[in-house]
Amino acid sequence: MNWGSASEFFAMGGYGLYVWGSFGVTAAALLIEVGLVRHRLAAVRRGLRRELAADRDTQD
Amino acid sequence: MNAFIAIVRRDLLLAARRKSEVFTALFFFMIVVSLFPLGIGPETAMLRRIAPGVLWVAALLAAMLSLNRLFAADHQDGTLEQMSLSPTPLAVLVSGKVLAHWLTSGLPLVLLAPVIGLQFDLSARALGVLMISLLLGTPVLSLIGAIGAALTLGVRGGGVLLSLLVLPLYIPALIFGAGAVEADVAGLGAGGHLSLLGALLALGVFFAPWAATAALRIALE
Amino acid sequence: MSQRLVNWFKFASPASFYPLAGKMWPWFAALGTVLAAVGLWISFFVAPTDFQQGEGYRIIFIHVPASWMSMFIYCVMAFWAAIGITFNTRLSGMMSSALAPTGALFAFLSLWTGALWGKPMWGAWWVWDARLTSELILFFLYIGYIALTAAIDDPRRADKAGAIVALVGVVNVPIIYFSVKWWNTLHQGASVSMTKAPTMAATMLWGMLIMALAFWMYSIAIALYRVRAIILERERHTTWVAELPEMQR
Repeated sequence: MNWGSASEFFAMGGYGLYVWGSFGVTAAALLIEVGLVRHRLAAVRRGLRRELAADRDTQD
Repeated sequence: MNAFIAIVRRDLLLAARRKSEVFTALFFFMIVVSLFPLGIGPETAMLRRIAPGVLWVAALLAAMLSLNRLFAADHQDGTLEQMSLSPTPLAVLVSGKVLAHWLTSGLPLVLLAPVIGLQFDLSARALGVLMISLLLGTPVLSLIGAIGAALTLGVRGGGVLLSLLVLPLYIPALIFGAGAVEADVAGLGAGGHLSLLGALLALGVFFAPWAATAALRIALE
Repeated sequence: MSQRLVNWFKFASPASFYPLAGKMWPWFAALGTVLAAVGLWISFFVAPTDFQQGEGYRIIFIHVPASWMSMFIYCVMAFWAAIGITFNTRLSGMMSSALAPTGALFAFLSLWTGALWGKPMWGAWWVWDARLTSELILFFLYIGYIALTAAIDDPRRADKAGAIVALVGVVNVPIIYFSVKWWNTLHQGASVSMTKAPTMAATMLWGMLIMALAFWMYSIAIALYRVRAIILERERHTTWVAELPEMQR
Protein backbone atom coordinates (compact mmCIF):
# COMPACT_ATOMS: atom_id res chain seq x y z
CA MET A 1 0.00 0.00 0.00
CA ASN A 2 1.45 3.34 -1.04
CA TRP A 3 -0.86 5.72 0.75
CA GLY A 4 -1.27 6.45 4.42
CA SER A 5 -4.40 8.52 4.07
CA ALA A 6 -6.87 9.81 1.53
CA SER A 7 -5.35 13.29 1.52
CA GLU A 8 -1.94 11.79 0.81
CA PHE A 9 -3.53 9.91 -2.07
CA PHE A 10 -5.00 13.08 -3.54
CA ALA A 11 -1.81 15.06 -3.05
CA MET A 12 0.21 12.51 -5.10
CA GLY A 13 3.42 13.57 -3.46
CA GLY A 14 3.05 17.13 -4.72
CA TYR A 15 2.17 16.08 -8.25
CA GLY A 16 -1.58 16.08 -7.61
CA LEU A 17 -2.41 18.72 -10.20
CA TYR A 18 -0.54 16.90 -12.95
CA VAL A 19 -1.63 13.37 -12.09
CA TRP A 20 -5.29 14.22 -11.53
CA GLY A 21 -5.23 16.61 -14.47
CA SER A 22 -4.21 13.69 -16.67
CA PHE A 23 -6.47 10.99 -15.26
CA GLY A 24 -9.38 13.38 -14.79
CA VAL A 25 -9.28 14.80 -18.30
CA THR A 26 -8.93 11.32 -19.78
CA ALA A 27 -11.92 10.03 -17.83
CA ALA A 28 -13.95 13.13 -18.69
CA ALA A 29 -13.05 12.93 -22.38
CA LEU A 30 -14.05 9.28 -22.63
CA LEU A 31 -17.31 9.90 -20.78
CA ILE A 32 -18.12 12.88 -22.99
CA GLU A 33 -17.40 10.79 -26.07
CA VAL A 34 -19.79 8.08 -24.85
CA GLY A 35 -22.41 10.73 -24.15
CA LEU A 36 -22.05 12.28 -27.60
CA VAL A 37 -22.36 8.93 -29.36
CA ARG A 38 -25.41 8.01 -27.25
CA HIS A 39 -26.96 11.32 -28.16
CA ARG A 40 -26.18 10.78 -31.83
CA LEU A 41 -27.74 7.31 -31.89
CA ALA A 42 -30.78 8.48 -29.97
CA ALA A 43 -31.24 11.44 -32.33
CA VAL A 44 -31.11 9.22 -35.42
CA ARG A 45 -33.61 6.81 -33.91
CA ARG A 46 -35.95 9.58 -32.88
CA GLY A 47 -35.85 11.11 -36.35
CA LEU A 48 -36.40 7.76 -38.01
CA ARG A 49 -39.32 6.86 -35.78
CA ARG A 50 -40.94 10.19 -36.56
CA GLU A 51 -40.45 9.66 -40.30
CA LEU A 52 -41.88 6.16 -40.14
CA ALA A 53 -44.85 7.31 -38.11
CA ALA A 54 -45.51 10.06 -40.65
CA ASP A 55 -45.32 7.50 -43.45
CA ARG A 56 -47.83 5.24 -41.70
CA ASP A 57 -50.19 8.14 -41.16
CA THR A 58 -50.16 9.07 -44.81
CA GLN A 59 -50.73 5.46 -45.84
CA ASP A 60 -53.72 4.98 -43.57
CA MET B 1 4.59 8.89 -73.91
CA ASN B 2 3.22 11.15 -76.63
CA ALA B 3 0.13 11.79 -74.57
CA PHE B 4 2.34 12.64 -71.59
CA ILE B 5 4.29 15.24 -73.58
CA ALA B 6 1.09 16.58 -75.10
CA ILE B 7 -0.43 17.11 -71.65
CA VAL B 8 2.69 18.84 -70.35
CA ARG B 9 2.79 21.10 -73.38
CA ARG B 10 -0.91 21.89 -73.13
CA ASP B 11 -0.72 22.80 -69.44
CA LEU B 12 2.36 24.93 -70.01
CA LEU B 13 0.57 26.75 -72.81
CA LEU B 14 -2.40 27.36 -70.56
CA ALA B 15 -0.10 28.66 -67.84
CA ALA B 16 1.64 30.95 -70.34
CA ARG B 17 -1.74 32.45 -71.18
CA ARG B 18 -2.41 33.13 -67.53
CA LYS B 19 0.98 34.39 -66.50
CA SER B 20 -0.40 36.39 -63.61
CA GLU B 21 -1.11 33.19 -61.63
CA VAL B 22 2.50 32.07 -61.87
CA PHE B 23 3.74 35.50 -60.87
CA THR B 24 1.29 35.78 -57.98
CA ALA B 25 2.77 32.66 -56.41
CA LEU B 26 6.29 33.96 -56.96
CA PHE B 27 5.58 37.33 -55.39
CA PHE B 28 3.81 35.61 -52.53
CA PHE B 29 6.99 33.63 -51.93
CA MET B 30 9.10 36.79 -52.00
CA ILE B 31 6.79 38.72 -49.68
CA VAL B 32 6.51 35.93 -47.11
CA VAL B 33 10.28 35.52 -47.01
CA SER B 34 10.80 39.29 -46.67
CA LEU B 35 8.38 39.46 -43.75
CA PHE B 36 10.60 37.36 -41.51
CA PRO B 37 13.52 39.78 -41.15
CA LEU B 38 10.95 42.51 -40.45
CA GLY B 39 9.33 40.40 -37.77
CA ILE B 40 12.47 39.02 -36.18
CA GLY B 41 15.09 41.71 -36.67
CA PRO B 42 18.00 42.26 -39.02
CA GLU B 43 20.91 40.59 -37.17
CA THR B 44 22.83 38.73 -39.85
CA ALA B 45 23.83 35.79 -37.68
CA MET B 46 20.23 35.12 -36.76
CA LEU B 47 19.02 35.56 -40.33
CA ARG B 48 21.63 33.14 -41.61
CA ARG B 49 20.39 30.57 -39.11
CA ILE B 50 16.71 30.85 -39.94
CA ALA B 51 17.12 31.30 -43.71
CA PRO B 52 16.80 27.63 -44.79
CA GLY B 53 13.70 27.06 -42.68
CA VAL B 54 12.06 30.31 -43.73
CA LEU B 55 12.73 29.76 -47.41
CA TRP B 56 11.45 26.23 -47.25
CA VAL B 57 8.29 27.09 -45.33
CA ALA B 58 7.59 29.89 -47.80
CA ALA B 59 8.11 27.43 -50.65
CA LEU B 60 5.58 25.04 -49.09
CA LEU B 61 3.01 27.80 -48.79
CA ALA B 62 3.64 29.08 -52.31
CA ALA B 63 3.23 25.56 -53.69
CA MET B 64 -0.08 25.27 -51.81
CA LEU B 65 -1.39 28.41 -53.51
CA SER B 66 -1.38 26.98 -56.99
CA LEU B 67 -2.45 23.44 -56.05
CA ASN B 68 -6.14 24.38 -56.01
CA ARG B 69 -6.04 25.00 -59.71
CA LEU B 70 -4.21 21.83 -60.62
CA PHE B 71 -7.35 19.92 -61.60
CA ALA B 72 -10.15 22.43 -60.95
CA ALA B 73 -10.38 24.02 -64.43
CA ASP B 74 -10.21 20.67 -66.21
CA HIS B 75 -12.83 19.31 -63.87
CA GLN B 76 -15.20 22.18 -64.55
CA ASP B 77 -15.11 22.08 -68.34
CA GLY B 78 -15.26 18.29 -68.49
CA THR B 79 -11.73 17.80 -69.86
CA LEU B 80 -10.90 15.59 -66.91
CA GLU B 81 -13.76 13.26 -67.73
CA GLN B 82 -12.50 13.00 -71.30
CA MET B 83 -9.03 12.21 -70.01
CA SER B 84 -10.32 9.42 -67.78
CA LEU B 85 -12.00 7.85 -70.84
CA SER B 86 -8.96 8.17 -73.10
CA PRO B 87 -6.93 5.05 -74.00
CA THR B 88 -3.87 6.43 -72.21
CA PRO B 89 -3.86 5.46 -68.51
CA LEU B 90 -5.10 8.34 -66.40
CA ALA B 91 -2.03 8.03 -64.15
CA VAL B 92 0.21 9.01 -67.07
CA LEU B 93 -1.88 12.08 -67.78
CA VAL B 94 -1.89 12.98 -64.10
CA SER B 95 1.90 12.69 -64.04
CA GLY B 96 2.03 15.05 -66.98
CA LYS B 97 -0.14 17.58 -65.17
CA VAL B 98 2.03 17.29 -62.07
CA LEU B 99 5.18 17.86 -64.09
CA ALA B 100 3.62 20.93 -65.71
CA HIS B 101 2.59 22.18 -62.28
CA TRP B 102 6.14 21.79 -61.03
CA LEU B 103 7.57 23.56 -64.08
CA THR B 104 5.30 26.54 -63.50
CA SER B 105 5.33 26.71 -59.69
CA GLY B 106 8.34 24.77 -58.36
CA LEU B 107 11.04 25.55 -60.85
CA PRO B 108 10.60 29.36 -60.65
CA LEU B 109 11.05 29.08 -56.88
CA VAL B 110 14.26 27.11 -57.35
CA LEU B 111 15.59 29.81 -59.65
CA LEU B 112 14.43 32.66 -57.43
CA ALA B 113 15.64 31.16 -54.15
CA PRO B 114 19.33 32.16 -54.46
CA VAL B 115 18.37 35.78 -55.06
CA ILE B 116 16.12 35.76 -52.02
CA GLY B 117 18.78 33.88 -50.06
CA LEU B 118 21.10 36.84 -50.52
CA GLN B 119 18.76 38.86 -48.31
CA PHE B 120 19.66 36.40 -45.58
CA ASP B 121 23.37 36.64 -46.14
CA LEU B 122 23.82 33.00 -47.10
CA SER B 123 27.20 31.99 -48.53
CA ALA B 124 27.45 30.96 -52.18
CA ARG B 125 27.94 27.35 -51.12
CA ALA B 126 24.85 27.36 -48.92
CA LEU B 127 22.88 28.94 -51.76
CA GLY B 128 23.98 26.12 -54.02
CA VAL B 129 22.84 23.50 -51.50
CA LEU B 130 19.58 25.39 -51.07
CA MET B 131 18.99 25.27 -54.81
CA ILE B 132 19.72 21.56 -55.00
CA SER B 133 17.47 20.84 -52.03
CA LEU B 134 14.64 22.85 -53.60
CA LEU B 135 15.26 21.20 -56.94
CA LEU B 136 14.81 17.78 -55.33
CA GLY B 137 12.11 18.83 -52.90
CA THR B 138 9.66 20.97 -54.84
CA PRO B 139 8.67 18.08 -57.16
CA VAL B 140 7.76 16.13 -54.02
CA LEU B 141 5.51 19.03 -53.03
CA SER B 142 3.78 18.96 -56.42
CA LEU B 143 3.39 15.18 -56.28
CA ILE B 144 1.94 14.98 -52.77
CA GLY B 145 -0.09 18.09 -53.44
CA ALA B 146 -1.68 16.42 -56.46
CA ILE B 147 -3.20 13.78 -54.17
CA GLY B 148 -4.69 16.47 -51.96
CA ALA B 149 -5.89 18.49 -54.94
CA ALA B 150 -7.60 15.43 -56.40
CA LEU B 151 -9.23 14.55 -53.09
CA THR B 152 -10.62 18.04 -52.49
CA LEU B 153 -11.86 18.47 -56.06
CA GLY B 154 -15.31 20.00 -55.96
CA VAL B 155 -15.50 19.77 -52.18
CA ARG B 156 -16.74 22.81 -50.31
CA GLY B 157 -14.05 24.67 -48.42
CA GLY B 158 -11.54 22.91 -50.67
CA GLY B 159 -8.70 25.39 -50.28
CA VAL B 160 -8.34 25.29 -46.53
CA LEU B 161 -9.06 21.58 -46.47
CA LEU B 162 -6.30 21.02 -48.99
CA SER B 163 -3.73 22.69 -46.76
CA LEU B 164 -4.98 20.71 -43.76
CA LEU B 165 -4.51 17.46 -45.66
CA VAL B 166 -1.28 18.22 -47.43
CA LEU B 167 0.84 20.26 -45.03
CA PRO B 168 1.39 17.43 -42.51
CA LEU B 169 2.56 15.24 -45.38
CA TYR B 170 5.03 17.94 -46.45
CA ILE B 171 6.90 17.74 -43.15
CA PRO B 172 9.53 15.17 -44.22
CA ALA B 173 10.38 17.23 -47.32
CA LEU B 174 10.64 20.34 -45.15
CA ILE B 175 12.88 18.63 -42.61
CA PHE B 176 15.29 17.14 -45.12
CA GLY B 177 15.24 20.19 -47.39
CA ALA B 178 15.89 22.80 -44.76
CA GLY B 179 18.12 20.35 -42.87
CA ALA B 180 20.39 19.94 -45.90
CA VAL B 181 21.26 23.65 -45.90
CA GLU B 182 21.65 23.76 -42.13
CA ALA B 183 23.89 20.70 -42.13
CA ASP B 184 26.01 22.25 -44.82
CA VAL B 185 26.30 25.55 -42.95
CA ALA B 186 27.26 23.60 -39.81
CA GLY B 187 29.95 21.80 -41.81
CA LEU B 188 28.34 18.36 -41.51
CA GLY B 189 27.82 17.85 -45.23
CA ALA B 190 24.46 17.88 -46.93
CA GLY B 191 24.84 14.53 -48.69
CA GLY B 192 22.70 12.49 -46.28
CA HIS B 193 19.83 14.93 -46.34
CA LEU B 194 19.92 15.32 -50.09
CA SER B 195 19.94 11.60 -50.73
CA LEU B 196 16.97 11.14 -48.38
CA LEU B 197 15.19 13.92 -50.24
CA GLY B 198 15.99 12.07 -53.45
CA ALA B 199 14.52 8.91 -51.95
CA LEU B 200 11.35 10.81 -51.08
CA LEU B 201 11.19 12.05 -54.65
CA ALA B 202 11.58 8.52 -56.02
CA LEU B 203 8.82 7.23 -53.72
CA GLY B 204 6.60 10.14 -54.70
CA VAL B 205 7.13 9.62 -58.44
CA PHE B 206 6.09 5.98 -58.06
CA PHE B 207 3.12 6.26 -55.74
CA ALA B 208 1.67 9.76 -55.86
CA PRO B 209 0.30 9.72 -59.44
CA TRP B 210 -1.33 6.41 -58.69
CA ALA B 211 -2.99 7.69 -55.50
CA ALA B 212 -3.99 10.94 -57.20
CA THR B 213 -5.57 8.96 -60.02
CA ALA B 214 -7.57 6.87 -57.57
CA ALA B 215 -8.73 10.07 -55.88
CA LEU B 216 -9.68 11.64 -59.23
CA ARG B 217 -11.76 8.61 -60.16
CA ILE B 218 -13.74 9.06 -56.96
CA ALA B 219 -14.36 12.72 -57.79
CA LEU B 220 -15.46 11.80 -61.32
CA GLU B 221 -17.92 9.10 -60.32
CA MET C 1 -12.38 -21.66 -48.03
CA SER C 2 -15.01 -20.02 -50.18
CA GLN C 3 -17.64 -21.08 -47.67
CA ARG C 4 -15.83 -19.18 -44.91
CA LEU C 5 -15.38 -16.14 -47.09
CA VAL C 6 -19.08 -16.06 -47.78
CA ASN C 7 -19.80 -16.21 -44.08
CA TRP C 8 -17.53 -13.29 -43.41
CA PHE C 9 -19.02 -11.22 -46.14
CA LYS C 10 -22.46 -11.82 -44.75
CA PHE C 11 -21.53 -9.57 -41.83
CA ALA C 12 -20.13 -6.99 -44.21
CA SER C 13 -23.68 -5.92 -45.01
CA PRO C 14 -24.84 -3.12 -42.73
CA ALA C 15 -28.21 -4.83 -42.24
CA SER C 16 -26.66 -7.85 -40.54
CA PHE C 17 -23.84 -5.97 -38.85
CA TYR C 18 -26.16 -3.52 -37.11
CA PRO C 19 -27.70 -6.11 -34.74
CA LEU C 20 -24.37 -7.92 -34.38
CA ALA C 21 -22.65 -4.70 -33.28
CA GLY C 22 -25.52 -4.11 -30.90
CA LYS C 23 -24.92 -7.51 -29.32
CA MET C 24 -21.14 -7.14 -29.19
CA TRP C 25 -20.51 -3.68 -27.83
CA PRO C 26 -21.77 -4.27 -24.27
CA TRP C 27 -19.31 -7.16 -23.87
CA PHE C 28 -16.37 -5.06 -24.96
CA ALA C 29 -17.56 -2.20 -22.77
CA ALA C 30 -17.82 -4.52 -19.75
CA LEU C 31 -14.40 -6.02 -20.45
CA GLY C 32 -12.96 -2.54 -20.83
CA THR C 33 -14.45 -1.41 -17.54
CA VAL C 34 -13.05 -4.41 -15.66
CA LEU C 35 -9.62 -3.98 -17.24
CA ALA C 36 -9.65 -0.25 -16.49
CA ALA C 37 -10.49 -0.97 -12.85
CA VAL C 38 -7.62 -3.47 -12.59
CA GLY C 39 -5.29 -1.12 -14.46
CA LEU C 40 -6.14 1.85 -12.25
CA TRP C 41 -5.70 -0.27 -9.16
CA ILE C 42 -2.24 -1.33 -10.34
CA SER C 43 -1.29 2.20 -11.34
CA PHE C 44 -2.23 3.73 -7.99
CA PHE C 45 -1.89 0.99 -5.39
CA VAL C 46 0.43 -1.74 -6.65
CA ALA C 47 3.05 0.19 -8.58
CA PRO C 48 5.57 1.60 -6.11
CA THR C 49 6.63 5.25 -5.96
CA ASP C 50 9.38 5.96 -8.44
CA PHE C 51 12.56 7.00 -6.66
CA GLN C 52 13.44 9.60 -9.27
CA GLN C 53 10.13 10.95 -10.46
CA GLY C 54 8.06 10.49 -7.31
CA GLU C 55 4.34 10.04 -7.84
CA GLY C 56 4.30 12.12 -11.01
CA TYR C 57 5.36 9.18 -13.13
CA ARG C 58 1.91 7.59 -12.66
CA ILE C 59 0.79 9.70 -15.61
CA ILE C 60 2.57 7.31 -17.95
CA PHE C 61 -0.05 4.68 -17.09
CA ILE C 62 -2.42 6.58 -19.36
CA HIS C 63 0.04 8.56 -21.45
CA VAL C 64 1.78 5.57 -23.01
CA PRO C 65 -1.37 3.48 -23.61
CA ALA C 66 -3.11 6.52 -25.14
CA SER C 67 -0.19 7.05 -27.52
CA TRP C 68 -0.20 3.37 -28.46
CA MET C 69 -3.93 3.44 -29.10
CA SER C 70 -3.75 6.57 -31.24
CA MET C 71 -1.20 4.89 -33.51
CA PHE C 72 -2.94 1.53 -33.47
CA ILE C 73 -6.32 3.03 -34.35
CA TYR C 74 -4.79 4.83 -37.30
CA CYS C 75 -3.45 1.49 -38.55
CA VAL C 76 -6.86 -0.16 -38.07
CA MET C 77 -8.46 2.71 -39.97
CA ALA C 78 -6.01 2.18 -42.81
CA PHE C 79 -6.75 -1.55 -42.69
CA TRP C 80 -10.48 -0.91 -43.13
CA ALA C 81 -9.66 1.60 -45.85
CA ALA C 82 -7.67 -1.03 -47.74
CA ILE C 83 -10.50 -3.56 -47.33
CA GLY C 84 -12.98 -0.97 -48.53
CA ILE C 85 -10.94 -0.18 -51.63
CA THR C 86 -10.24 -3.80 -52.58
CA PHE C 87 -13.63 -5.39 -51.85
CA ASN C 88 -15.78 -2.28 -52.24
CA THR C 89 -17.70 -3.04 -49.04
CA ARG C 90 -19.84 -0.29 -47.58
CA LEU C 91 -19.25 -1.32 -43.99
CA SER C 92 -15.47 -0.76 -44.05
CA GLY C 93 -15.86 2.93 -44.79
CA MET C 94 -18.34 3.22 -41.95
CA MET C 95 -15.88 1.47 -39.61
CA SER C 96 -13.12 3.89 -40.62
CA SER C 97 -15.25 6.91 -39.93
CA ALA C 98 -16.45 5.37 -36.67
CA LEU C 99 -12.85 4.92 -35.51
CA ALA C 100 -11.46 8.31 -36.52
CA PRO C 101 -12.90 10.46 -33.72
CA THR C 102 -11.74 7.99 -31.08
CA GLY C 103 -8.28 7.89 -32.60
CA ALA C 104 -8.10 11.67 -32.66
CA LEU C 105 -9.26 11.74 -29.05
CA PHE C 106 -6.49 9.37 -27.99
CA ALA C 107 -3.93 11.42 -29.91
CA PHE C 108 -5.17 14.50 -28.08
CA LEU C 109 -5.07 12.72 -24.72
CA SER C 110 -1.56 11.56 -25.45
CA LEU C 111 -0.49 15.16 -26.09
CA TRP C 112 -2.38 16.45 -23.06
CA THR C 113 -0.98 13.91 -20.64
CA GLY C 114 2.43 14.30 -22.26
CA ALA C 115 2.33 18.00 -21.46
CA LEU C 116 1.24 17.33 -17.89
CA TRP C 117 3.99 14.75 -17.51
CA GLY C 118 6.60 16.96 -19.15
CA LYS C 119 5.97 20.01 -17.00
CA PRO C 120 7.17 18.49 -13.69
CA MET C 121 9.74 16.18 -15.31
CA TRP C 122 11.32 18.38 -17.98
CA GLY C 123 10.20 21.75 -16.65
CA ALA C 124 8.28 22.57 -19.83
CA TRP C 125 4.77 21.88 -21.07
CA TRP C 126 6.02 21.15 -24.52
CA VAL C 127 9.34 19.81 -25.72
CA TRP C 128 10.13 19.26 -29.39
CA ASP C 129 10.89 15.65 -28.70
CA ALA C 130 10.65 13.27 -31.66
CA ARG C 131 7.77 11.28 -30.19
CA LEU C 132 5.72 14.24 -29.06
CA THR C 133 6.19 15.93 -32.42
CA SER C 134 5.18 12.80 -34.31
CA GLU C 135 2.13 12.45 -32.09
CA LEU C 136 1.18 16.05 -32.92
CA ILE C 137 1.49 15.32 -36.62
CA LEU C 138 -0.59 12.17 -36.18
CA PHE C 139 -3.24 14.34 -34.55
CA PHE C 140 -3.15 16.62 -37.61
CA LEU C 141 -3.57 13.59 -39.87
CA TYR C 142 -6.67 12.54 -37.94
CA ILE C 143 -8.07 16.05 -38.19
CA GLY C 144 -7.42 16.07 -41.94
CA TYR C 145 -9.29 12.78 -42.33
CA ILE C 146 -12.24 13.95 -40.25
CA ALA C 147 -12.40 17.33 -41.99
CA LEU C 148 -12.31 15.79 -45.46
CA THR C 149 -14.96 13.15 -44.79
CA ALA C 150 -17.16 15.78 -43.11
CA ALA C 151 -16.87 18.14 -46.08
CA ILE C 152 -18.10 15.62 -48.65
CA ASP C 153 -21.86 15.24 -48.65
CA ASP C 154 -22.17 11.93 -50.49
CA PRO C 155 -21.23 9.32 -47.86
CA ARG C 156 -19.93 6.78 -50.37
CA ARG C 157 -17.63 9.35 -51.92
CA ALA C 158 -16.59 10.57 -48.48
CA ASP C 159 -15.67 7.00 -47.50
CA LYS C 160 -13.57 6.45 -50.59
CA ALA C 161 -11.78 9.78 -50.33
CA GLY C 162 -11.20 9.11 -46.63
CA ALA C 163 -9.81 5.68 -47.47
CA ILE C 164 -7.21 7.23 -49.74
CA VAL C 165 -6.26 9.78 -47.09
CA ALA C 166 -5.91 7.04 -44.48
CA LEU C 167 -3.75 4.89 -46.75
CA VAL C 168 -1.55 7.79 -47.85
CA GLY C 169 -1.25 8.75 -44.19
CA VAL C 170 -0.30 5.30 -43.00
CA VAL C 171 2.44 5.10 -45.63
CA ASN C 172 3.69 8.49 -44.49
CA VAL C 173 3.59 7.95 -40.74
CA PRO C 174 6.86 5.94 -40.62
CA ILE C 175 8.53 8.44 -42.98
CA ILE C 176 7.35 11.33 -40.82
CA TYR C 177 8.50 9.61 -37.63
CA PHE C 178 11.90 8.87 -39.14
CA SER C 179 12.32 12.42 -40.46
CA VAL C 180 11.31 13.96 -37.15
CA LYS C 181 13.76 11.71 -35.35
CA TRP C 182 16.48 12.70 -37.77
CA TRP C 183 15.61 16.37 -37.28
CA ASN C 184 15.68 15.86 -33.52
CA THR C 185 19.17 14.34 -33.50
CA LEU C 186 20.46 17.14 -35.73
CA HIS C 187 19.18 19.76 -33.30
CA GLN C 188 20.57 18.45 -30.07
CA GLY C 189 18.77 20.72 -27.70
CA ALA C 190 16.34 19.83 -24.96
CA SER C 191 16.32 16.19 -25.87
CA VAL C 192 15.36 14.33 -22.75
CA SER C 193 13.92 11.17 -24.13
CA MET C 194 11.57 8.83 -22.39
CA THR C 195 13.76 5.87 -23.26
CA LYS C 196 16.23 7.25 -20.75
CA ALA C 197 13.61 6.97 -18.03
CA PRO C 198 14.66 4.57 -15.28
CA THR C 199 14.41 0.95 -16.25
CA MET C 200 10.84 -0.08 -16.08
CA ALA C 201 9.77 -2.31 -13.24
CA ALA C 202 7.63 -5.31 -14.12
CA THR C 203 4.60 -3.94 -12.27
CA MET C 204 4.84 -0.72 -14.28
CA LEU C 205 4.89 -2.65 -17.50
CA TRP C 206 1.89 -4.71 -16.40
CA GLY C 207 0.00 -1.60 -15.43
CA MET C 208 0.65 -0.04 -18.80
CA LEU C 209 -0.29 -3.19 -20.69
CA ILE C 210 -3.55 -3.61 -18.81
CA MET C 211 -4.45 0.04 -19.28
CA ALA C 212 -3.66 -0.32 -22.98
CA LEU C 213 -5.97 -3.34 -23.15
CA ALA C 214 -8.67 -1.38 -21.37
CA PHE C 215 -8.34 1.46 -23.90
CA TRP C 216 -8.40 -1.09 -26.68
CA MET C 217 -11.64 -2.64 -25.46
CA TYR C 218 -13.09 0.83 -24.96
CA SER C 219 -12.18 1.76 -28.54
CA ILE C 220 -13.82 -1.37 -29.94
CA ALA C 221 -16.95 -0.77 -27.88
CA ILE C 222 -17.28 2.89 -28.79
CA ALA C 223 -16.52 2.23 -32.47
CA LEU C 224 -19.21 -0.47 -32.62
CA TYR C 225 -21.59 1.85 -30.84
CA ARG C 226 -20.85 4.72 -33.18
CA VAL C 227 -21.02 2.55 -36.28
CA ARG C 228 -24.60 1.69 -35.33
CA ALA C 229 -25.50 5.37 -35.44
CA ILE C 230 -23.67 5.76 -38.75
CA ILE C 231 -25.45 2.74 -40.25
CA LEU C 232 -28.84 4.12 -39.28
CA GLU C 233 -28.00 7.58 -40.61
CA ARG C 234 -26.94 6.19 -43.96
CA GLU C 235 -29.52 3.44 -44.38
CA ARG C 236 -32.49 5.44 -43.17
CA HIS C 237 -34.53 4.87 -46.31
CA THR C 238 -34.14 1.10 -46.48
CA THR C 239 -36.83 -1.39 -45.54
CA TRP C 240 -34.68 -3.31 -43.06
CA VAL C 241 -34.29 -0.18 -40.95
CA ALA C 242 -38.04 0.38 -41.04
CA GLU C 243 -38.57 -3.21 -39.88
CA LEU C 244 -36.20 -2.98 -36.89
CA PRO C 245 -37.94 -3.81 -33.60
CA GLU C 246 -36.84 -0.52 -32.00
CA MET C 247 -38.56 1.41 -34.78
CA GLN C 248 -41.98 -0.14 -34.15
CA ARG C 249 -43.67 2.30 -31.89
